Amino acid sequence: MGKDGTNDKARALIDANLKRVFEEQLEADLPDSLKDLLEQLRAQSDGDPQDKQK
Amino acid sequence: MTTKDPRDELVDHLPALRAFALSLTRNGSIADDMVQDTVVKAWTNLDKFEKGTNMRAWLFTILRNTFYSNRRKAKREVADVDGVFTNNMAEKPAHDGKLQMTDFRKAFAQLPDEQRETLILVGANGFSYEEAAGMCGVAVGTIKSRANRGRKHLAELMHLDENDAIEMTDSATVAIVASNGSSAF
Repeated sequence: MGKDGTNDKARALIDANLKRVFEEQLEADLPDSLKDLLEQLRAQSDGDPQDKQK
Repeated sequence: MTTKDPRDELVDHLPALRAFALSLTRNGSIADDMVQDTVVKAWTNLDKFEKGTNMRAWLFTILRNTFYSNRRKAKREVADVDGVFTNNMAEKPAHDGKLQMTDFRKAFAQLPDEQRETLILVGANGFSYEEAAGMCGVAVGTIKSRANRGRKHLAELMHLDENDAIEMTDSATVAIVASNGSSAF
């Protein structure tokens, strides 16, 4: 029994489900709006001499 | 040894950043807006990122600060969301002896924000209690307490007890539990 009152199997099950839910979300495609934003940021950085020095 | 451009490293963490945002907001469009805000803040402050430290932790910290800042600004709207949430809480998971992932997601969505984020950081991402405490700006004991209360709350919502914990799930989850469960905490 854990400190939270749940047994070890329940804790393991909960944590495994947490990982599954998170990993499912990791597989989702990034939205186009985010890809566009990254392109804009890269374009700005490439044109910014200060960024080039980094 | 070549050092990876931090901008490329930032891009590598975007799927995890978006997953974290989704777990906090439970809303795809709000999550995407928050990720965009976070990316802009991180990109324009990359010079403040300490090389050699954990970029995912840094990005998650920016994102959660954005989340709580937005939540404070929109307190009235959040209260409305909580109302919907409360209604959902009245619905018991209908698993009939079989724990489905849908039930788990519903139960997880009912946790308070702080417990949900703690479980995602510690349980799903494998951050240590100390790392999670640093990211959330609270004491380690607070994180441990939130994680314990979150798990207990989930166990209650899913009606898990000592006898049926493992039997109430599918073969894929049993396999994960078998491979990871004992070392999770």
